[in-house]
Amino acid sequence: MQQCDFAVIGGGLVGSAIAYGLASQGHQVSILDEGDVAYRASRGNFGLVWVQGKGQEIPRYSQWSMRSASKWSALSQELFELTGVATQHHNPGGVHLCYSEAELASREVDLDALSQATDRQFSFKMLNHSQLHDLIPEIGESVTGASWSSWDGHANPLYLLRALHAGIRCHGGRFLAVGKVKEIRRNGESYVIESNHQTITADRVILAAGLGNRELAPQVGLDAPLIPNRGEILVTERMRPLLNLPTTYLRQTGEGSILMGDSHEDVGFNDGTETPVLAQIAKRAVRALPALANTRVVRSWGALRVMTPDGYPLYQASESHPGAFIACCHSGVTLAAAHAKCLAPWFAGAEAPSEITPFTAERFHVQTSIPA
Amino acid sequence: MFKRLSPPEATNEAVVTFHFDEQTVTARLGDTVAAALLTSGISICRSTPVSNAPRAPYCMMGVCFECLVEVDGNPNVQACQVEVRDGMHVHTQQGARRLTS
Amino acid sequence: MITHDLVILGTGPAGMAAATTALEYGITPVVIDEQPAAGGQIYRALESTPVRDRRILGEDYWSGESLIKGLKDPQIDYRPATTVWQLTRQREIGLLHDDKAEMICARHIILATGAMERPMPIPGWTLPGVMTAGSGQILLKSAGAVPQAPVVLAGCGPLLLLLATQYLRAGVEIAAILDTTPRNRYRAALKHTPGALRNASTLLKGVGLLRELRRAGVRHIKGVSALRAEGSGQLERVLWKQQGDDNWQTLETPTLLLHQGVIPNTQITRAVDCHHEWDEQQLSWRPRLDEWLSTDIPGIAVAGDGGGIVGAKAAAMQGQLAGLGAALALDKLTLANSTERAQPIRKALARDTAIRPFLDVLYRPAKQWRLPDDDTLACRCEEVTGGEIRRMAEMGCRGPNQTKSFTRCGMGPCQGRMCGITVSELLADANQQSVEETGYYRLRPPFKPITLGQLAKAAEEG
Ligand SMILES: Cc1cc2nc3c(=O)[nH]c(=O)nc-3n(C[C@H](O)[C@H](O)[C@H](O)COP(=O)(O)OP(=O)(O)OC[C@H]3O[C@@H](n4cnc5c(N)ncnc54)[C@H](O)[C@@H]3O)c2cc1C
Ligand SMILES: Cc1cc2nc3c(=O)[nH]c(=O)nc-3n(C[C@H](O)[C@H](O)[C@H](O)COP(=O)(O)OP(=O)(O)OC[C@H]3O[C@@H](n4cnc5c(N)ncnc54)[C@H](O)[C@@H]3O)c2cc1C
Ligand code: FES
Repeated sequence: MQQCDFAVIGGGLVGSAIAYGLASQGHQVSILDEGDVAYRASRGNFGLVWVQGKGQEIPRYSQWSMRSASKWSALSQELFELTGVATQHHNPGGVHLCYSEAELASREVDLDALSQATDRQFSFKMLNHSQLHDLIPEIGESVTGASWSSWDGHANPLYLLRALHAGIRCHGGRFLAVGKVKEIRRNGESYVIESNHQTITADRVILAAGLGNRELAPQVGLDAPLIPNRGEILVTERMRPLLNLPTTYLRQTGEGSILMGDSHEDVGFNDGTETPVLAQIAKRAVRALPALANTRVVRSWGALRVMTPDGYPLYQASESHPGAFIACCHSGVTLAAAHAKCLAPWFAGAEAPSEITPFTAERFHVQTSIPA
Repeated sequence: MFKRLSPPEATNEAVVTFHFDEQTVTARLGDTVAAALLTSGISICRSTPVSNAPRAPYCMMGVCFECLVEVDGNPNVQACQVEVRDGMHVHTQQGARRLTS
Repeated sequence: MITHDLVILGTGPAGMAAATTALEYGITPVVIDEQPAAGGQIYRALESTPVRDRRILGEDYWSGESLIKGLKDPQIDYRPATTVWQLTRQREIGLLHDDKAEMICARHIILATGAMERPMPIPGWTLPGVMTAGSGQILLKSAGAVPQAPVVLAGCGPLLLLLATQYLRAGVEIAAILDTTPRNRYRAALKHTPGALRNASTLLKGVGLLRELRRAGVRHIKGVSALRAEGSGQLERVLWKQQGDDNWQTLETPTLLLHQGVIPNTQITRAVDCHHEWDEQQLSWRPRLDEWLSTDIPGIAVAGDGGGIVGAKAAAMQGQLAGLGAALALDKLTLANSTERAQPIRKALARDTAIRPFLDVLYRPAKQWRLPDDDTLACRCEEVTGGEIRRMAEMGCRGPNQTKSFTRCGMGPCQGRMCGITVSELLADANQQSVEETGYYRLRPPFKPITLGQLAKAAEEG
């Protein structure tokens, strides 16, 4: 039986960022993950490090996102120096495109409210068509304008995941592809974690299994009412540089391919693709950048978002099971730096970051702690 | 490098003329662009977007995507899957494709 | 979206035979192929080839004439030069023809998309001038084109020898055949001769090819144990070692044609997510099929080499079987009737494929030819080496999907066709697990690149 200080269940971006944070602070960490095929949002997402528009209902989410965004460059640099893997993080600001004056106006009202709620920490600018055209010469005539924020950027989420995994190893952490964790039991002061292939004991256990948290959380007195929400994405052949800043549903990757898509589909545990949805995404992209019409799609995919009922994250320590925690969110790229640098220390005993206090399951008005 | 068993001019097969970069090339009607290039002494059709390495048709059956060229302004076309046409303009595919309209 | 009774994909022997069989039972199929002419791999360009001397391509080639004639029946809706870029489990098919995308639907589908050559990732295999034997044959059949300077053929398998004799008959100078069949293979294959004898004509043909090459004095170097292609910017020379000899030998040549057998082209069956299994004898993936060649997806069947390598004749027989299966599925035949009609076909099929174990064992490429070394590219498109894949295994990647996301291996324009099998095998080897457990890339549409504009339109009209 393997033993460790921290067992992080789930090797997606959330679990890996946390495990990296813990390992880099000298803790002994093991990540327990499923195999090659699994629901793994971290492998199918869009790669935005995004702040604008987030936290409309709970401004502390905006602050949490900004905290992460501001630590992203340093994290990226640190990972590169440690592992040689570049995350391709860039922070040129990002735009959200609007297609009518009314849409622009309401966008401005929303973002202004958000800015106010964060004491103007969140800042943005509205751009008309010609200002937008200066930023993106290929922009389509039917795009009325956009909102722009310097807080936004993007990265290659796959290289981020790879860099985190490599970084964890550099700091002595272990990545164990143990298969699905089935059972978590308390045994005295520690936890016994049973998976298909292995049994592991740990002093502390962190549930970061994405949608898999649904089944694991109740075993340690937590609640994770998560809902899968599918997003489909299209990617094109590599292009010469043509889009030097990300938009909410269109960005050019470091390799040159154009990534597009932002469907939100309530289809349960189905990560397939559907032609009408793909066609819609294509249409929208061509509307934004008409010159893309002749660009070839080489691949598409669907991936499941890890969604709570209100879309905000879930960070919680179990009351009934000391040393057990849960962490999940649907912006695991954006929040990677905060997870590594601010959340991980909390699991290791530091104060909880002030931004995360609203994000317990109590807000869903359900009974969360069951007696141990 | 490839040659014809019998040149199209020698038989009475139809011949087409097209352009590859700066060259004018003659081919047999019905040839794929890849076959036409390979039989005209052209052995490289693109450079990769990753390392700029030179590449040439490899499988001739549409699976390897090594034969990418620009055909009449249309980048990343599989040369082994497209038939030559009279007056066609074919160019080497240099690295990643450019935007066209 | 128009719904057709039967859509057949591929006009090789399997697809053509399926179409004519279906027609016999009153089904008028739509038959699609991306090639401008029917014939598939073996009968490629049969109607238009400039190679008029029938001796060169041989009788097996010309025997395809009757199948092609059958396909030309006006009742068959044959659509050449049409690519399939999408297929869903609901049997919706995305077509691309003349740069226009369209969706159609089918009650029953027969996939007859054939085989591709097994990659042979030797050092230098990406140099211009290095091609596959299949590509050499395609150039010969379709353009009457042959290597200008003495050519080197390397690898193993019937197709390599067939091409060599076709070249010989066409007067092409062969510098050498570098045969990678391990010496002990002949003995291992002998076990399977009784089976092979049931298909004596094929066996004799193979023996005949070898004799023809020997008589002509072609330099046939056996027991080749290492192979390298070299040149700056393009191929200049081929180097090899022979079993038991540690010295490199060299031949200068601008053309090297590689081949080590064919494997099912599973791009489409993978993309619709049929159940696949690893065939240890053929060292390749194949969709799992039932007795009517149906996959585990209702209404989707596979005939020919796409479902496991059987060869051209057997592919046509499978086409007939799948055609009967379609008649059964579409209520044109009762189970009893179709079973009865299938009987002689099954028998002939068993006889014809009895030679497979012999061929599979004899031409089974050794591990060193399937697993590239650390410095050799496994993924030609994204330029990922064998060493990089092994490093991913060390980092905890159990299968090709995590590996793909960490290295971009398989994300290039060929969509993983060229590296898929290599990566599965490399990871299985590095992780000490079976290929079956290791798995394969999860493929997604489009199977062939389609422009954003075409995709956007496809849905409007669909
Ligand atoms: C289409 C799409 C676009 C997105 N775009 C963005 C974006 O632009 N920016 C952004 O910040 N975020 C984006 N996201 C969200 C982001 O991808 C997720 O927030 C993040 O990946 C979640 O990471 P995770 O580790 O919680 O979950 P996952 O990546 O799903 O990982 C969960 C892991 O846990 C493992 N697991 C599950 N159950 C068990 C078990 N029982 N035992 C062991 N292991 C288990 C799984 O195998 C998996 O590895 C997007 C998501 C989607 C789907
Ligand atoms: C390059 C090559 C050369 C060969 N030469 C010979 C030979 O000379 N003699 C011999 O006995 N065997 C040869 N073989 C072996 C060959 O696999 C079989 O002999 C036989 O051709 C198999 O028949 P099939 O009907 O299963 O498939 P094939 O004959 O391969 O036919 C498949 C057809 O499907 C079409 N297709 C595939 N994907 C798509 C798509 N997405 N959209 C539209 N159409 C599609 C292809 O264009 C092709 O015409 C060769 C194989 C290869 C790969
Ligand atoms: S040569 Fe392989 S796709 Fe054209």
